[in-house]
Order: sequence, then structure tokens, then C-alpha cells
Amino acid sequence: MTGKHIARRSLLKWLSGLFCLSAFPLRAQPADTLSARVDELTGGQTVTTGRVVVDTPRLADNGHSVPMRLSVDSPMTAQDHVRSITLLSPRNPRALMARFYLGASAGRAEIVTRVRLNGTQTVLAIAEMSDGTFWSGTAEVEVTESACLDAG
Amino acid sequence: MVARVQLPASCRAGEIITVRLVIQHPMETGFRYDVRGNRVEKNVISQLTCRYNEVEIFRAEMGSGIAANPFLQFHTIARQSGDLVFEWVDDRGVRGEERARLLVTEA
Amino acid sequence: MSVRIAAALVQVMAFCALSTFANAADKAPRSGIEYASAELRAMQADDFANPGMLWVARGEKLWNAPAGRDRRSCAGCHGAAEKSLRGAATRYPQTDRASGRFLNLEGRINQCRSERQDAGVLSYESEELLALTAYVAHQSRGLPVAVVIEDSDRERLTRGREIYYRRQGQMNLACTHCHEQNAGKRLLAETISEGHGNAYPIYRLEWQTAGSLHRRLRACYFGIRAERPPFGSDDLLNLELFLADRAKGLTVETPGVRR
Repeated sequence: MTGKHIARRSLLKWLSGLFCLSAFPLRAQPADTLSARVDELTGGQTVTTGRVVVDTPRLADNGHSVPMRLSVDSPMTAQDHVRSITLLSPRNPRALMARFYLGASAGRAEIVTRVRLNGTQTVLAIAEMSDGTFWSGTAEVEVTESACLDAG
Repeated sequence: MVARVQLPASCRAGEIITVRLVIQHPMETGFRYDVRGNRVEKNVISQLTCRYNEVEIFRAEMGSGIAANPFLQFHTIARQSGDLVFEWVDDRGVRGEERARLLVTEA
Repeated sequence: MSVRIAAALVQVMAFCALSTFANAADKAPRSGIEYASAELRAMQADDFANPGMLWVARGEKLWNAPAGRDRRSCAGCHGAAEKSLRGAATRYPQTDRASGRFLNLEGRINQCRSERQDAGVLSYESEELLALTAYVAHQSRGLPVAVVIEDSDRERLTRGREIYYRRQGQMNLACTHCHEQNAGKRLLAETISEGHGNAYPIYRLEWQTAGSLHRRLRACYFGIRAERPPFGSDDLLNLELFLADRAKGLTVETPGVRR
């Protein structure tokens, strides 16, 4: 079912007593897996590591909102540009976090957003290029529980 | 829904500009429980588009992995003065729209 | 000989004076944002990225919207908030001279709504009250906290101080144990701040939304496993007064961004 970290978090949440406001399920059963989502995107094609940079803090303030910059090294011309950037998580309940569609009109392949991360993990970003190739970049983010339980 | 768009005050044709959007929306994951112990239903902004002078320049498919009150920043090449129109819809089918005028001077 | 004694005396006096200054500097309050990460500081400083500004924007709309039986807006009496309410939030909480009631900003807004607009009272943590409170407090951003302790407020200040230094809850902790004795130190992966209220209402990442000072105080009560006083209760208002007095030297930051 789950790893030690989920069991320990479940225990903490039960001990907190009255209010069980959970941001994530106590028993995480991913509805989709990272590999399935990657295959869905690439159709089984090779993904080359490189050209994609995921810029995010090494230690997140809070897993509910983690700033993230995705940038792809691309000339962004009509002949050579980024079609889309897909953001994937190996640890969130839903592996597919978001997909952003760009195109040559963007001028620069860079997205900034804020994401939710369900615990420490390595986030994966895959860029689909106009020539049909796939490139990827990753970032490790430490995500901890709040020191003082809030209960809203 | 309260939403805000930020564009440069003015820019020159051909310049790559930064576009920013923030929307007040809980991006409810569907994994939270209310005080009675009932699941709060999932409700996220799933589809968002931006059109610039009627041409789509950006599209986002988002899930619960995007934080509440979604913030997006992307770029586009300024061509002619015109409207940037953002449209989005959430899981409940509630639509939102925000538009802003971009002033582009000749290069 | 007397010259040497005089010189020694001067040295001792100088050392004492420096120590006094050092102590005074140690006691100067530091806002929670100074204990925050670079990312959080950047998020608060950027008025577009700061999610709290969504509530300020909503508050501005509400400020200008007709309300109540006579469809009177806040602007109808107060005009432009940037002018009429600049500095107002720095002086809260305070006793309303007319009614004798002790009001924080939320209480003042509700008093205006019920007594002058004939509109309904807004609940704590409602979108409307958060928006209006954020909008009003935001007009004082950058101004020093300047709460005035009138003679009639002395008792409340004493009660607030008493709460602050009282051990409570299953964990038997007082506010001071974390926020004075261990400010700047780590609790798990987080750095403990001094627990000031100068940035409220804030956008708290943990809440995924904006919230009031009373919400945050109640969260602290929960953190030490103590019974939580109700929103708007005397305990929380007295604590709010003590915190405002303690925050003198800081400026209003509303809307703050915190973990």
C-alpha cells in the first residue's frame, strides 16, 4: 500500500485528534502513474535529458504552493520551437500536474507558476519540440510537514 | 472570480513581452475533508487559453498539482496593439474571463 | 593618578552605554517577513505575485459597491480610501469613543456596516470581511504601527500580556516560549518568528487562502493543544492589543505572505 512516510504521516494526523483536514488522502493510491503519463505523452518515444530547466527552491516553504520556473533552450522560430511543456510528479496523487502549450509566437519558452507537491520528490518536466522530439529536465524539492499543525 | 492581468505599459513591435495572470480560485484537489469529515469535491481550473488579437498564443491544461489561486507567467512576441483575452473554465463548468489591452508602438 | 581613574571610569561608562544600546537593538522587533525564505519575501514584495492582493482588489470593489438598505457604499462616506483611511489601521485595536466598545479593524468595519449602512454583519473569514479588512489595512502599508493605549485600555493590555505569558494547553506552553525565547530558531524545518500581527490579513500558504489575525492566533492555540477562543472574543482582542503594542517599531505590511 504505502511507504513509511505515508504511515508516519497517517499516525500524526490521527493523533492530532479532532480535526482531520487533510490536503492529501491518508492512504495515497495514485490514480495514475508517472510512467503511464509519460508514455501517454511520448507514445513510447525516447525522452532525452537536457534543454529543459526546472528552477524551484531546494526546500519548499509549504507543499501547498511551490514557485516553479520551467524554461526550455529553444530558438522559438517557426521551424524550431517548443510545442508544449508537461509537468509530472512521481509522488502526487495525480502524476500529471499541468501541460502548457506554447508555439513560435511565444518568443521565449519559459513558464512560471506555483505548484502543489505532496512531499519531497523529484519533479519532471518534458518538452515536446516542433520536430517531434522530447526533452526533459528535473528538480529535487524537499517538502516537509508544517511544524505546528494548524487545523484551519 | 477575481482575476488580474499584468502587461507592460507599452512595448515595441517585435519585443518579447512578459504576460502575467493570477486568478482567485481554490483549485480544490478533491482530497480534502471538511469539518464534518466529508470529502470536498474536486474543482480545478482545467482549461485556460489566452488569445491575442483573436489568435491563441497560450494554452494551459491544469490539474490539482497547480497551487490555489493559480499564477501563470509566460511570454509572447508583441505585434500590433490589441486585446489579450483570457478565458478559462473549471470542473464545475464555471467560466471566467479577463481581458487587457496591449499597447504596441512601431519598432 | 586621578587622570587614570577618570579614564578608567570613562571606559566603564562607555562600555555600559554601548551595552545598553546593544540591548535596545536586541529588543527592536523584527517582522515575520525577516524570518522568511527568499521565495516568500519575493512573493510578498511583488504586488502582482502576492496572492493577498487578490483580496485587496476585491476589497476595493466592495468599498465602492452600494450596500445595505439605503444602497450606501463605504466610499459614499469615506471617499477615496487612499486618502481618508491612510494611517487608520496603524491605530487598531482601539476603543470606539461613541459606543465604548473595543474594536479591531474587523469590528470597526462591521460596526459601520450595521450602524451606518444598515447592512448585515460579516463573519470572520468570510470573503467580504477579509477583502474589506485587507483593503483598509493595505492603505496603511509602510506606516509605523501606532496603537494608542488609552487609560481605559490599560486593563485589556494587562489581560493580553497575561495571556501571552501564560502556559496553556496540553503542551503547557506560553506564546513567549516560542516567539520570544526561541525566535530565530528552528522548529522542524521552519524558523520561528516573533509572532507579530503587523501584516494581517495575510495570505498563508498553509491555508491556501487569506485569513485574519484571529484565525492565526486560534491556529497557535491549536498548535499547543489549547481550547481555541472564539473569533472576535475578548481574549483574542486583548491579545491583539498586546501584540500591537509589542509591534511598535514595525510597519504595516498588509497583505503579508506567510508559510
